Amino acid sequence: MRRTRAAAAGAVTASLLTLVTACGGGSSTSDGSNDSPKTLTYWASNQGASIEVDKKVLQPELDKFEKQTGIKVKLEVVPWSDLLNRILTATTSGQGPDVLNIGNTWSASLQATGALLPWDAKNFAAIGGKDRFVDSALGSTGAQGQDPAAVPLYSMAYALYYNKQIFADAGISKPPATWDELVADGKKIQAEGKSALGAEGANLSENIHHVFVFAKQHGGEFFTSDGKPDFTNDKVVAAVKQYVDLMAKDKVIPTGDAEYAQNQSVSDFAKGNQAMLLWQSASANLKSQGMSEDKYGIAPVPVQSGTPGTGTQVNSAVMGINLAVFKNTDNIDGAKKFVKFMTGDAEQKILNTAYSSIPPVRTVQADTTFSSGANKVLKDTLATSAAALPQVADESQFETAVGTAVKDLFADAAAGRAITTESVKAALEKAQQQMPTK
Amino acid sequence: MTTTAPAEQSVGKTPSGAAHPHPRRRPGRIRRIGLPYLLLLPALLLELLVHLVPMVIGAVMSFKELTQFYIRDWGTAPWSGLDNYKVSVDFDAPVGEALLHSFLVTVAFTLLSVGLCWLIGTAAAVFMQDTFRGRGLLRALFLVPYALPVYAAVITWVFMFQHDNGLVNHVLHDQLHLTDKPSFWLIGDNSFWALLTVSVWKGWPFAFLIVMAGLQNIPGELYEAAALDGAGLWQQIRRITLPSLRPVNQVLLLVLFLWTFNDFNTPYVLFGKSAPEAADLISVHIYQASFVTWNFGTGSAMSVLLLLFLLVVTGVYLLLTSRGRKPADV
Repeated sequence: MRRTRAAAAGAVTASLLTLVTACGGGSSTSDGSNDSPKTLTYWASNQGASIEVDKKVLQPELDKFEKQTGIKVKLEVVPWSDLLNRILTATTSGQGPDVLNIGNTWSASLQATGALLPWDAKNFAAIGGKDRFVDSALGSTGAQGQDPAAVPLYSMAYALYYNKQIFADAGISKPPATWDELVADGKKIQAEGKSALGAEGANLSENIHHVFVFAKQHGGEFFTSDGKPDFTNDKVVAAVKQYVDLMAKDKVIPTGDAEYAQNQSVSDFAKGNQAMLLWQSASANLKSQGMSEDKYGIAPVPVQSGTPGTGTQVNSAVMGINLAVFKNTDNIDGAKKFVKFMTGDAEQKILNTAYSSIPPVRTVQADTTFSSGANKVLKDTLATSAAALPQVADESQFETAVGTAVKDLFADAAAGRAITTESVKAALEKAQQQMPTK
Repeated sequence: MTTTAPAEQSVGKTPSGAAHPHPRRRPGRIRRIGLPYLLLLPALLLELLVHLVPMVIGAVMSFKELTQFYIRDWGTAPWSGLDNYKVSVDFDAPVGEALLHSFLVTVAFTLLSVGLCWLIGTAAAVFMQDTFRGRGLLRALFLVPYALPVYAAVITWVFMFQHDNGLVNHVLHDQLHLTDKPSFWLIGDNSFWALLTVSVWKGWPFAFLIVMAGLQNIPGELYEAAALDGAGLWQQIRRITLPSLRPVNQVLLLVLFLWTFNDFNTPYVLFGKSAPEAADLISVHIYQASFVTWNFGTGSAMSVLLLLFLLVVTGVYLLLTSRGRKPADV
């Protein structure tokens, strides 16, 4: 028995996965009902500086919803590191929340599970219509040609955050608009004894977002038009190499950043040790770390030449959070009411202000609150120069495979190994081979 | 459970002495024989529910093409026969090649970790046999790594291994000047040594505890007699301590091997869901195949292969170590 027990412990995955399925029995095939019309469970992703901050932001709004509808919403704020696995477990067991936040890049992958309520014309009509949302946000709600699997809630985009004082000390009068300018400015900043640009080399998602943008700027795509991985085409290889070369060749990213994965580069920037940061909606995060808004400027992420725009002048992925409903909810009408409430004009203004994100709802986005400073840069980026990550069912695997390849390349660069076109291609070849073939 | 008379005296008789079609004592005997099984039943049921049922379901999954498209109702996933196994053991193809690499890393890591844990644990236990002032305090300190929650302990190591601000580089580079420049421990090739360090730090107190318990059972007279015969410390360890500890060591090494080979918490907390290639232990590798890339069928097949490997290794080990063992050792 000892042997059996000990050996059983070895079957890590089988035990974990099958325990879940044994409990749930894969019985989540039923569609929604209204059996529990007075309660809803809501999984919110961790958007603020901490889970406590999120609760403080969200609870008053949920109380407001209860007052309006009589439906009590049980809130659980789920950390990012747990969210995807929690969703997966809920999908398998059928024991999940009624409404949940998902990262918008996961939309197509989660849509493929069939667990999320499709937002067809009828469902969209129940929350005020599809036309209420801006096109860029709708582009990250599911696979093309299918009804969206979720509704946009918060929109975000990358911007270049720069330390005004460090720039002034280095004699730089304006933020760089191209990568060549960024490298040149970086050298001046380093001459002043400061770090130039931060990166999260071991954070797979950050890696993906950046190499996706670089690929766009090279006119390359990670997937063919029929959805097959194409990671080793010359344009993608050049794009990945250019990003890693910011550390390996240009040396504007410090080698220490190769092991960063817990937002340490944001802390370095907030502490005034680092001049530039490429981040999405960082204002609230910087404020929570004691950096006041007058200390830094916000500019569009650099492009290869000229100014950001469509095509090869894309400078950000369309980032953000979507709101989804589990198909097997026991309060389908209440869930739709809740989505309508959260995407309503009043709540959109409150929530997006609290999280320093951009509302994906047209009418609210036009509000003057979101037309100055960081908001203006992010809004313009979303409107003119941001592109949605590949909306394919294997997007989650793509993030892991290519994100890991870039992480390994950064590790090589940090160790002083040469980053060549061949080594980048080999890393991407390996990533592509790990993608599902069916 | 009481019997008042020998069974044969009352078989076939009623209380009045008349013939009876069934033996009178039978219900009591059934109760007596059945009670141990009845008492075992809750444990058996739990074992069935917690281990055997999931294992069987896991084995079934390994024969299915189970991806995100079927995870909501995995029973409907199409059968794929032995495809998942073929993919896993095709060492010329990327999935199999990566699995083999991970397996070899795990074997090397396990052998080194178990060996070092045992060596340090045994040395410390022998050292602690002598009475000296502060022995109790030292013994308590030795056990601290074993008593700490794994997550908290490993996170602390993550901080210590950091490139720029970590204590390890501070000591090795800044203070002792043993390296030309600060090393990376959480990425690249050094990650293997970082993982090994944490594993040994975490594991040796268990070896210490078990060996120390084993040492308590060795009669002091043996050492006294050996000393009288002129045996030195090393001879006493070689001729008395190690042979006497053999049964304890056999169990200890097996348990350490299984725990280390399957260790998931240490690499996962140290490196996250995507471990560096040099420290890609098989448990995290299988987790990644299943839960990160959502290839649940292939992940299950890998788990079954791992289970079979561990069963074979355990079986061979027990066979070898039980050879020539006296009944008292069992």
